[in-house]
Order: sequence, then C-alpha cells, then structure tokens
Amino acid sequence: MARIELSDLAHSYLPRPGGEADYALKTIDLAWEDGGAYALLGASGCGKSTLLNIISGLVHPTRGRILFDGRDVTSAPTTERNIAQVFQFPVVYDTMTVRENLAFPLKNRGRDPAYIAQRVQTIARMIGMENQLGRKARGLTADEKQKISLGRGMVRKEVNAILFDEPLTVIDPHMKWELRTQLKQLHREFGHTMIYVTHDQTEALTFADKVVVMHDGRVVQLGTPDELFERPGHTFVGYFIGSPGMNLLDAEITGDTAIVAGHAVPLGDRYATRAGRTQIGIRPEFVSFTDEDDGLPVTVQRIEDVGRHRIVRADLRGFAVNAVLPERMPLPADADRVVFAPEQIGVFVDDWRVEPASTGAA
Amino acid sequence: MEKTQNNRAWFMVLPVLVLVAFSAIIPLMTVVNYAFNDTFGNNVFFWVGLEWFEEMLGSDRMWEALMRQLIFSAAILAIEVPLGIAVALSMPKKGLWASICLVLLALPLLIPWNVVGTIWQVFARVDIGLLGNTLAEFGIDFNLGQNAGAAWATVILMDVWHWTSLVVLLAYAGLQSIPEAYYQAARIDQASRWAVFRHVELPKLKGVLLIAVLLRFMDSFMIYTEPFVVTGGGPGSATTFLSIDLVKMALGQFDLGPAAAFSIMYFLVILLVSWAFYTIMVNLDREERTE
Amino acid sequence: MLELRGVSRSVRGRVHIQSTDLTLQPGTMNVLLGPTLSGKTSLMRLMAGLDIPTEGRVFAHGRDVTGMRVQDRKVAMVYQQFINYPSMTVYDNIASPLRLMRKSRAEIDRAVRGTAEMLRLTALLDRKPLELSGGQQQRCALARALVKDSDLVLLDEPLANLDYKLREELRAEIPRIFRESGAIFVYATTEPEEALLLGGNTATLWEGRITQFGPAPEVYRRPNDAITARVYSDPPMNFAPCRKQGHSLTFGEGIHAPADGAFAGLPDGLYRAGFRPNHLRFEAHSGAAVAFRCTLGIAEITGSETFLHLTHGADNWVALLHGVHHFDPGTEISLMLDPAHVYLFEADGRLALPASYAAAA
Repeated sequence: MARIELSDLAHSYLPRPGGEADYALKTIDLAWEDGGAYALLGASGCGKSTLLNIISGLVHPTRGRILFDGRDVTSAPTTERNIAQVFQFPVVYDTMTVRENLAFPLKNRGRDPAYIAQRVQTIARMIGMENQLGRKARGLTADEKQKISLGRGMVRKEVNAILFDEPLTVIDPHMKWELRTQLKQLHREFGHTMIYVTHDQTEALTFADKVVVMHDGRVVQLGTPDELFERPGHTFVGYFIGSPGMNLLDAEITGDTAIVAGHAVPLGDRYATRAGRTQIGIRPEFVSFTDEDDGLPVTVQRIEDVGRHRIVRADLRGFAVNAVLPERMPLPADADRVVFAPEQIGVFVDDWRVEPASTGAA
Repeated sequence: MEKTQNNRAWFMVLPVLVLVAFSAIIPLMTVVNYAFNDTFGNNVFFWVGLEWFEEMLGSDRMWEALMRQLIFSAAILAIEVPLGIAVALSMPKKGLWASICLVLLALPLLIPWNVVGTIWQVFARVDIGLLGNTLAEFGIDFNLGQNAGAAWATVILMDVWHWTSLVVLLAYAGLQSIPEAYYQAARIDQASRWAVFRHVELPKLKGVLLIAVLLRFMDSFMIYTEPFVVTGGGPGSATTFLSIDLVKMALGQFDLGPAAAFSIMYFLVILLVSWAFYTIMVNLDREERTE
Repeated sequence: MLELRGVSRSVRGRVHIQSTDLTLQPGTMNVLLGPTLSGKTSLMRLMAGLDIPTEGRVFAHGRDVTGMRVQDRKVAMVYQQFINYPSMTVYDNIASPLRLMRKSRAEIDRAVRGTAEMLRLTALLDRKPLELSGGQQQRCALARALVKDSDLVLLDEPLANLDYKLREELRAEIPRIFRESGAIFVYATTEPEEALLLGGNTATLWEGRITQFGPAPEVYRRPNDAITARVYSDPPMNFAPCRKQGHSLTFGEGIHAPADGAFAGLPDGLYRAGFRPNHLRFEAHSGAAVAFRCTLGIAEITGSETFLHLTHGADNWVALLHGVHHFDPGTEISLMLDPAHVYLFEADGRLALPASYAAAA
C-alpha cells in the first residue's frame, strides 16, 4: 500500500503540444492518501481515463512526476509499480478455472503453493465464489466474471493500489448493489488504496470517502460526498452531482440579496460585488413551492413521478428551475411561485464558488 | 442472432439450384453411373455392382496414394499453422508497417497455381534453379527427378510458401480482435509471454484457427496442379497424391470404372472430414454463445 | 395499434418468450422493464417481425402481420450501440431511409429539417457522426428512426452506452419527442427509475414472461406479485416473513403490530411482507409505525441521501434515508416502518394485500 502523489502533472497526446487546448490533462497536483477509497468522477473525455493510465504506467505523462510513497515511478513500467487494475469489461482467462484465475498473479510471482491456496480461499470467500472454484471461467455470467477480475485484483496483499475503470458498466442494476457493497467491505477489511473511475455520480459517491471531480482536463474539486453536494466548488460540480443537478440562475448580487430576472432573492450571507458572470445555485432539494406572493414566479411544465419522490420541472423567464418533492406530497393547485432556502444558496463567479464577504465579521 | 424463416427465400435460390444441377449433380451422376457399370464403348453398359469398389479397396496403389496424401496434409498443417501464428504474432499491430506486411503476405495468394508450380520447378532445378544449384554446390544430392526426398521437400516447401500467408492473415485478424485490456491485465498479473499466448491469445484464436485448418486441409487434400507441374508425381510414384493418381487412372489408362469408384470414395472422405470440422465448429460456437 | 395474441418463441427447446398477450395503442410510450436476459430484446424482435413467433399471431392495425418481412412494415429500431453511417453527414444519415423510399428531394429536405429541429441537431447537419459526442450520435440514430414516420418505434436500451448526465438529458427529452410523433413507442430498459421517468405504460418482464402491464405509477405502487415488485424497485425491495393471527401481525422475530384497517379482513396465515427502502425511516411517520432493530453492514452516502445495508434476522435489507448519516459497521440501528407502506404477498408470490398508502390514491 502506498501514498500516491501527482506533482505538476500534464499530458498531451500530441507530439509537440502548443497551447493549453492541446492538453488532455492540464496541470494536476494531487495526493491520494494511503488506504483511502477514492472516486475519480467526470464526463467522458474529461481526462479521467488518461489520469488512471498514467498512474498504472500505461501512459507516460508529457510533464510532471508520479510518486509512490515518495519514490519517483514516473518512468517505471506497469509491472514494477505493483498495482492491480479492474477493467470496464470483465477480463478473465477463459481456459482456466476460477481457482487458477485467482491464483494467477501470485503464481507468476513465484509464491509458495501453500500460501497461494490459502490466499485464494480467503479471496473466494470474500467475493462469494467458494463453491465455484473448480469451474471453468468460461460460461460464467458477466457479474461472476467481474467478481473474478475483482478477486484477482485483491489477491496480492502488498499491492500499492487497486484501480477500477468503470467496473460496473456491464452489470445489471440489482447486481450493482451487491458488487458495490462487496467492494466497500473489501476496502474496509484490507485497507487497500482504491481509485475508482466512473461517470456515474451514484457509484462515485456511494463508493468513495473522497471524490475527485474532473472537468475538461482539470480537477475542479476534491471533497467528501456531502461537501460536493452541499458546497460545490464549481458550477460543473453543482450540475454533475445530484439528479437533477443544481439550479443555476444568472444574478446580480448586492450585499445579501441577489436579483434574478428582476426579483429579489434573499441570500444567507453578504457577498462582495465582483466582476464576471455571477450566478446563484440552489439544489432542487431546497426549492419549495408556495402560493404566497414572496417567491419567484414560475410556470410548471412537467411533474415526473420517480417513485420515492417527484421532480417538478418549471420555467422562470427562460431559466429551468427544478424542484424535488417528497412522494405523495401534494403540490398546491395554484403553485406558481418558488422560494429558495437562503442558507443553501451558493454564489458563483465565472463558474467558481465565492465565499461570503462577511464571514466572521458579521 | 437467430435466423428468420422465410419460405420465399427458396424461390430466390432456384436459379442457383438449376445451375448447380447442370454443373455438379448431373456430372456427378455420370460418375456414379460409371462406378457401378462396365462399358465397352457405344454406350453399352453392364451392371457390375460393387465390383469396382472392391477392386479399388483391394488395390495397394490407392492405399499408397492415400497414405502419401495424409502424410502430405499432416506435414503442411504441422508447418503452416504454427508458422502462420508465429508470423502473425510478430507482425506490427498498426501503422504503415502493418499495411506493408499485409500486402507482402498477400502476394503469394494472388499467383495462379500452375505459375506457382512453374516457379518452383525452375527454382529447384539443379542446372539453372537458384535453390537446386545452391544445394548442389554444397554437395547435397538434390535432384527432383531422381531423389524422392528432394521431390517431397520441394513440394512441401512450395505449399508452405504459397499458403502460410492465408493462416497468417486469419490469425492476424483474430489477434486484432483481442481487446487491449486483456494485455494490460496480463502485464499487471506479470504473466509471461508464453502465458499470454496460452491463456489470452490462443483461446481467442481458436475459431479462426479452426477455419484455417479446415481450409488448408481440404485444399491440400485435393492438391493437384502444383505437384503435377513440379514433379509430375515422381520420381516413380513418390509424390503421386490422390488426385494425381486419379487423373492418371482415368485419363492415362482410361480405367473409367475403377476411377469413378475411386473418385466417389475420395469425395466421401472429404465430405466426412468437412462434416466433422463443421460439427466441431458449431459446437464451439454454441458454447461461446451460452457464456 | 399493435397486438400480440398468444405469442411465444422457443429456440432449440429453450423458451425465450412465454405465451404473451399484449395490446399497444398508437401514441403511447410502453416501457419493457426487466433484468438482462429477461426477454426484452426477444419480445422487441417479435414485435418488429425480425423473428417469427413459434406460436401465436401478431396484428398491426387489425391486420395479421405474422411472418411479414420487417422491410414491408413501418417499423424503426434504435439500438444500444450508436448505429449511423460513418461516411455520411448527419443530414444524409437522417435522409437515408427516405431516399430508400424514393421520396422527392423537397419532401426529404422538409422531413429531415423538421426531425433535426425536434432532436436539436440543426446546427450539426453538416458534420459526420464520429465528430459528434455520444449523446449527439444517439440523437442522430433516433432522428433516422423517427424521420420515416414509422408506426412502431423500438428503442432497445438506447441510453445504456451514454454518460450518466447525458442519459439524464436525453431521457427528459424522449417523452417530448414521442408526444410529437404519434407512433407506438416501445422502450427497453433495466432501470426502474428510467421506466418511471419516461412514464406511459410499463410492462415488467421476468424470465420471458410479462408479469404485469399498466400505467407506470400504477405498476410501481400496485404490483400484482412479488416478482413485479422486485423488478420495479431499485434498490431492491426488502422482504420479511409476516404472520397474521387474529388482531395481530407479527414481523420476523416477534415484532408486533395491530392488524387493523385493511389487514383485518385478511385470512390468518403466513405471508411475505415487502416494503421499499425509502419507507424505512428514523422517525415514526404515524402512530402505527413499528420499530425494527437492525445491524448495519455498510453505509453509503450520496451527498443528499444515505443508503444503509442492514441485516434483520435472516433478511438482508436496504434503507434509503434523507440526509447524511455516518455510522460504523456493526452498529445496531432502530428503524421505523409504517404498516401503511407494507405489501403482503402469498407464499407463491401473488399479492395478498397492497400497501394501504398506494391503495388510497
């Protein structure tokens, strides 16, 4: 196990990159603590797979260094980095039995047969495949195969890190629950450093203790799931996390009031006026409907019943405003105004979150 | 993907059926006719039953030709398949060099059989051929017309030169379809080169290799033109394979009855082997699909 | 209107689709919901005419179309993979089915521009598919399916290969697109939430059989049997044994609740109680709520909600709670369940009593 540090890292797939636009990964400085469960979250093309391949040694970065426990491994090949990786599609050796598959990484490293047998047994129990050890891997279902890939990743006790590249893509929703929970339990039990790459916010947030959100080749925020939800540092995080994402409205800020489409919205705090595009952001969970006159006028366009809650899609002078209502809670018949919970409103200037001017002083 | 049944499709293949009837089934029936009858010309036939078959099965000549044929097919399969895989494995995976290699490899496949035969006939001649002459210079007794070993070596070498490319192309296509993740996983597992071949590449190649083996077997089992041009079946009957023997019997000696019985048995053997291959392939495919 | 009458399909003795009766009305959205290999694709292929049923007949607008070639019917299909002609522009891709139908140039242009507008592709008409994002590529495939005015549009997990957020956006657009088209839409998915968001009707599939068909919220809240409830629940529905005796209900190991209201009329006996993860809560939502003591396996936090993986006696449960709650594994937790949220199933899986909160609506 190891602490992984990325220092001034950048990568371009072009031989002679010019401007910033040529870089798939713009400057990245990041440290992954030993034994942490991390998720790397972002849309496709944001650079998360490139970053993963740089850590595993499959891609050599254009600039910068990678350190494992302080040791520079930037130019070390994959085999020397002592990492394990689980891929999007299950990679199993079809000709081998489940047991041989699990034993393979240890056998190749010349470990003692008794140790291998004991280790394989432990892992098989963890992934719930003890009874299938003698079976050929071919003919197993996709989720069973993915469990084997997972097991092969865990079988070496001393790996520096286990990398997961969208490992649940081909798994049925019901099985996803089981596998993800198993993964978390494995992490708790063995304490490996785990890095889980995904575009699925639910997977990222439920798996990880810390989530790294990437956008356009940059890390836009690193935080715990609740931090990302409650205090997104960038409008992209607001949009990407949460379903539906954060409502973002262009606003003019004066002190503790925002003016949105000519209406005053009280903020929880005072903000300094700044140059640049100013927006306020509010999660749909904190938008409520009212029949009083104090809110913002909206027209409700559609109500979606998702079972455990309902999503109300409304329009505010061209801005989409979504609200989440609990299951079965009635929407007032003449509900044409919304109010935002002031303490949950975030202020963003040129996409980055700004802190209140008055913190501590007020 | 399941097949869709549509009876109208049968009408579409009707013209082909008629064509096949005229080009294959009717001539084949003529052969069957010869195989069970004797004739002294003038279209007068006598029913002889299985006599020709018994004669052929009892003749050493056919058994010897069959043995030679089997040894030849086994030899070229044993050389071409491993060699083809080895070449495919060592080829670049993409880029300009991959294209150049593919074009070079495809060249022998484009040359007509009789030309291939002529090329090698000349190539192996002791007086003017590069191969024959060079070997003779080193004091090796290499003479197509007199030395059975030399004749065999030339014929096998020629077939390997001509057809290994086919195995290479098939194996190469098979290798290209293996996702990169398998190689990455193997690197992370610290698998040896041999283990990668044995557990990643070979299992994925199984399908195309079966096709390659089937094609090469059928083709080599029916080989005629090239050895005929190079050795004429000699020296003696050292390289007289089944088809060469058949032609000698039918057109050289005009033993139409035995030759007809011979060709029917020949046909049945090929059919049997092809059927066996087909069954194996379908079964493998089905296993694959139940995954 | 599309009608399947007693349609079934077996291949080499293996049943892919059990005998199915189903009627789909024009202008409706019909979602086939079920896990992988439950028969969604097989059923769609039968509807399209790509496969011929082993037994039964297929009717389109009252006309028997069993065995009619798919080319001769007005059917369009969109697949999980983004299937477009890579060498053609988006415009030519959308126009291709119309060109095959030998429509006039003016007619084609009008139809292509109209469909492109509907799918927000107007600005991209001159591009090639591979220059587009995944979402745009799938929109192009959708446009090609919609442009030829098909009677039946089949969508086989069309969003499965898209990023989460793109999926969310396109999913919100599909109901609008379908309302404008008036065709019968059939949409296959493995995700309950997607079925609910798309609305319309849901048919739940399990092992080649349609277990229930009806308006989405109705199937969700009034499942006919335990299988439908299980298929239409993500996270999975929780189950516990439940005994009814006289005026009392006993859940699992001796947790009692009065058998009043709808429960009173139920015959005594052993049932399976089913309830959704989001109906387990910390605070009682009514005086009738029953407390369960569970052991926590693991807690997953999504930012706004917390999933708790629990064991209660021999049962594994999931609870979905509002807000962020941190717990250590192994903690004993007491959770409340209102009997109004409990479904009771017979031993064979049939619904014995719907949850009263759903029945009331």
